[in-house]
Amino acid sequence: MSEGIIQPDQPEVLEGEGRDLFSKFDDIIALREGLLASGQEDPFNLVMEKVLSPTRAICNGRDTILLGTYNYMGMTFDPDVVEAGKQALADFGSGTTGSRVLNGTYQGHKEVEQALMDFYDMDHAMVFSTGYQANLGIISTIAGKGDYIVLDIDSHASIWDGCAMGQAEVVPFKHNDIEAMEKRLKRIPEGAGKLVVLEGVYSMLGDVAPLKEMVAVAKKYGAMVLVDEAHSMGFIGANGRGVVEDAGVIDDVDFIIGTFSKSVGTVGGFCVSNHPKFEIMRLVCRPYVFTASLPPSVVATAETSIRKLMHGSNKRAHLWENSKALHKGLKDLGFKLGTEEPQSAIIAVIMPGLEKGAAMWEALIKGGLYVNLARPPATPANMTLLRCSLCAEHSEEEVGQILSIFEQAGKAVGII
Amino acid sequence: MDRADVDTKIRSLIEPFNKKGIEVKEETTFQNDLEFDSLTVMDFVAEIEDEFDIIISMNQQAEIENYGQLVDTVTKLQAD
Repeated sequence: MSEGIIQPDQPEVLEGEGRDLFSKFDDIIALREGLLASGQEDPFNLVMEKVLSPTRAICNGRDTILLGTYNYMGMTFDPDVVEAGKQALADFGSGTTGSRVLNGTYQGHKEVEQALMDFYDMDHAMVFSTGYQANLGIISTIAGKGDYIVLDIDSHASIWDGCAMGQAEVVPFKHNDIEAMEKRLKRIPEGAGKLVVLEGVYSMLGDVAPLKEMVAVAKKYGAMVLVDEAHSMGFIGANGRGVVEDAGVIDDVDFIIGTFSKSVGTVGGFCVSNHPKFEIMRLVCRPYVFTASLPPSVVATAETSIRKLMHGSNKRAHLWENSKALHKGLKDLGFKLGTEEPQSAIIAVIMPGLEKGAAMWEALIKGGLYVNLARPPATPANMTLLRCSLCAEHSEEEVGQILSIFEQAGKAVGII
Repeated sequence: MDRADVDTKIRSLIEPFNKKGIEVKEETTFQNDLEFDSLTVMDFVAEIEDEFDIIISMNQQAEIENYGQLVDTVTKLQAD
């Protein structure tokens, strides 16, 4: 020590003090604190204390209608599904503790893959531990350095991450723009591997891709086509196989990616394909190999649910009725919606900004309705959205209730 | 097309995106100086790609921070 008295020998403020690896998150921390300081209920910290049915839960202490869960077909409480899970838990235990390629493939994993092959009428099915890993794994494994991936700019994070992980050349095009897609395909150097990645339903606005035209263009340029049908399975297409089926191009796409965490009602992801060499993916796809497989109860519930979805035409019809009724009702109330016509089970309500959007979300949750608040950068064109996803188990009466909660909240917040 | 021609062409393409009318020099950055967000970048890149009939992949875009680097990249790509 020296004579500094009130000053320590070392300078008090070190250069760089207060900065560490977390400093890069300061802006987002400030944004969140600002929002919550106004007394706003946190839209990203909701707790469901009790789940009463696919469409109702006790959220933050309130009886709430669920309109933001992706539980499109309402399979989560299906008695057969629940029973299959219980039986598998009793017979096979709580988890596999291993990779699919080592000790993690049980009878149930093979059975759920067979159910997928039957559902899609395809030759191969590969089940991943999550939908995120399915995109991450398939895309990064088939498109590597020197290959080109042409994809829609509004693609899901799991697609972008798969592109980055594989180190392919990534070429995005404007959302649903067939001409922009074709221009990019045309410019790819001759001889390079080409993969086009599309989604059936885009989850932010609930709009559908023009797959008939897009798949034809991709094939014209010799590209392989991967379509993510996460938000359409069980609901769109005569057999619920997705937008590819509805558009009549299912035989022209090389890979369909899907998830168990939406219509199927549990967790997990998959890829189905008719490619003759597809099975090699099990050995070379890192997000498949280097993780534990799904628990037996999960694959058992998934299998039962998928087989029931094959015969779900009445539920599909009711879900369409719900989607049309909600879309029309919200439009008539004066809300601005993501699509002119209902195209899927997702109806996006466009908010004037984040602040009003958050206020609206809070008014809805206090009125007993849960929707998803979506905000930049997860949204297209930096929009703030209240995303409503309908369920086949919502009754006509509930849709009416939903509309009246929206009306009250919209008027209180001053949006309509 | 030589670098000077590419430069002239890109200068005319950048104009509608340069909303604040910032003077564009070789070292002008897209993110900080011109404040381009990801959507603006996509539209601007699409314009350049169509004009020169090239692809500037996301991987290549990640290497481009300032205007001079963009002109260099486009000059090289359109010559290939």
